[in-house]
Amino acid sequence: MDLLNALVALLNYVIIPATTYGSQLAFGALGVTIIYGTLRFSNYAGGETMAWGAMFTILFTWFFQSIGLTIQPLPTALLALPFSIIVTVILMLAIDQGVYKYYRVKRSDPSIVIIVSLGVAMMMNAITRIIIGPKDRNFFDGERFLIKAREFKNVTGLSEGISLKFSQVITVSSSLFFVIILFWFLYKTKTGKSMRAYSDNEDLALLSGINPEKVVALAWIIATTLLVVGGTLYGLDKGFKPFVYYMLLLPSFSAAILGGLGNPLGAIVGGYIIAFSEVIITYAFKKVLIYLLPENLEPTSLVQLISTDYKFVVSYSILLLVLIFRPTGIFRGKSV
Amino acid sequence: MSKNFFLYLIMLILIAIVGFFQSWNVALMILNMCIISAIMSLGVNIQYGYAGLFNLGIMGFVALGGLATVIISAPPVYDAWVAGGPRVISALIFGALTILFAIYIWNFTKNSRYRPLFMTILLVIGFFIYRFIFDPAVEAIESINPAAEGYLGGFGLPIILSWPVGGLLAAIAAWLIGKIALGLRSDYLAIATIGVSEIIIFTIKNEDWLARGVKNVIGLPRPVPYEIDLQQNSNFIYFSQTLGIDVVDASTLFVKICYTFLFLAVLFILYWLCEKALNSPWGRMMRAIRDNEVAAESMGKDVKSRHLQVFILGSAVCGIAGAMLVTLDGQLTPTNYHPLRFTFIIWVMVILGGAGNNMGAILGGFIIWFFWVEVEYIGLFLMDFLTSGFSDDSAFRSHMLNSAAYMRYLTLGLILVLVLRFNPKGLIPEK
Repeated sequence: MDLLNALVALLNYVIIPATTYGSQLAFGALGVTIIYGTLRFSNYAGGETMAWGAMFTILFTWFFQSIGLTIQPLPTALLALPFSIIVTVILMLAIDQGVYKYYRVKRSDPSIVIIVSLGVAMMMNAITRIIIGPKDRNFFDGERFLIKAREFKNVTGLSEGISLKFSQVITVSSSLFFVIILFWFLYKTKTGKSMRAYSDNEDLALLSGINPEKVVALAWIIATTLLVVGGTLYGLDKGFKPFVYYMLLLPSFSAAILGGLGNPLGAIVGGYIIAFSEVIITYAFKKVLIYLLPENLEPTSLVQLISTDYKFVVSYSILLLVLIFRPTGIFRGKSV
Repeated sequence: MSKNFFLYLIMLILIAIVGFFQSWNVALMILNMCIISAIMSLGVNIQYGYAGLFNLGIMGFVALGGLATVIISAPPVYDAWVAGGPRVISALIFGALTILFAIYIWNFTKNSRYRPLFMTILLVIGFFIYRFIFDPAVEAIESINPAAEGYLGGFGLPIILSWPVGGLLAAIAAWLIGKIALGLRSDYLAIATIGVSEIIIFTIKNEDWLARGVKNVIGLPRPVPYEIDLQQNSNFIYFSQTLGIDVVDASTLFVKICYTFLFLAVLFILYWLCEKALNSPWGRMMRAIRDNEVAAESMGKDVKSRHLQVFILGSAVCGIAGAMLVTLDGQLTPTNYHPLRFTFIIWVMVILGGAGNNMGAILGGFIIWFFWVEVEYIGLFLMDFLTSGFSDDSAFRSHMLNSAAYMRYLTLGLILVLVLRFNPKGLIPEK
């Protein structure tokens, strides 16, 4: 029984939150890594793209709610999501044409394009705050819990409960859905293969008649879609705050570099590794150990490696370790 | 030269206009901050303009400079030192020794398949011993008069001393980052500097024993006289009466002018050093490396260690500016450190002014800070004008008026994008 309690506690406080957070990071890391693979610059406006996606989802959600269109028990945001994706993709394509294309044609140094993306990030951040304001927004309106902790305890008779939020289920299942579609597209379709070819070797791809502008547009469409979904899911799960997406961008970058920049599979694995390390290192294991250890060995302290204040520091430290020991990442990404 | 002179003249006239139409106090406040911004921008220019290094962690170096002011000038808290000072220090030394020992073991066990096992055991045991010494010491320190102190305090030395020390702290951090990320491709330096700067900010926010964390250290000593002392000084009262200014106004202006002179002195010294370096053989070598690394390397130049050098120098300048900023504020407020405010904007300054030209970087610092302050008024005016068709209680109008503050970021981002598109060399291009 104690063992079961310990497992349930671990599941509830570590595995479920880390899996959810890992899926959210994976979306961010995929968005960053796909842009890096095809356009060859680190896109610092990625976090703001997530914010825009979440913002448009909220606006559409409000609109649907105002005309009484809901899909209970699921949140209305899911209905708004496709519209938000379309709007954000169109805007990002416009930004690409208006801003980034010039440097692509001129073949500018990547560091110039990174600075441009900083400027774009500042503008996008300001626009988010001007449109929706700096306040926190909670736009989750569906059924909140799939499993409630108290009900779980009553049914199983355990003293530890599991609470499973709908937003967590939606996050994990939609990440599965999108990842399967993404890999099917990249590995099975002709367009996807041409994209991978362009990412592997630009000159060879151009020689074999691949249209670079088409590939670039596709990369923006895919990356933006993933970022919008990731941003919306994060907002659904933890509430929308305009500035939080910059904080989410950095662990996403860490995840992408950990997995190997430019490598989609690496981005996903990296996302989960970062998320699990963050949660495990900052979780107080006292509760679990009390169940597992005999009474005289029970810990008196929290048995927490690092306080939760340092949650984000974990991902940066992993990033630094990766840069020291294996700069190309787990899956050998680009090292141009 | 005449063009540069003209640009600086316009800048001074703009500040003078603020002086005449708003108030001289505001104008001097802007001028002081302009000088500090110019120094930060000078630091980034050393890294990017001279060597093409991409530092996105300016915030971290600036914050380390700020931390130096507390360590140097805050009065020491003797009770806290007695309660846990030696223990904290020894814990930190122990932690550093563990890491050094781990590096030694790492190199020593190169061909051993037990390397991961050794490393894990060493680091885990080291970590737990470190926490065993560190945690109770920190608890003891933070329980000493937590409302006002609860930290170790500083050395109680003159605050001016913290400026070079701030530079030194930033230089040490830069050395660490440079060791890790230089030699990898440029994006990695950018992301590594962001990572380290966030770690620095999180540490300053959370390690209350060091500088009280988010509880802020207030009332740091000043390098210049206090207004209240001036107002009671008979000489100063006489002085202000002969000038025909109210004593209170005169004292606030006098304090700000003192700061202006101090800051200007630092700016001139740094500028002079930068120009000397840029026009020396060393500077030519740096530019040669920047423009063609392969060619420079084949000429026998050690690219990586030159990059490390220039990265450390630039970061140190940012650290000095950070210490000056906290000196001007008189308090360390870790929550103020935000990447938009302390990293992105400095980049706009460098790019707008002209990367590679010290005069340009300084001018960029002046212009952007001026706009940073004044755009809020302009934005408010603009929003007011654009929404003047709506009634005063219209939700749209009040929403837009509330958003005026964010016009700053919009404008600065726009400036950055436009400059890079149409005038990538900046206002005062590299010679």
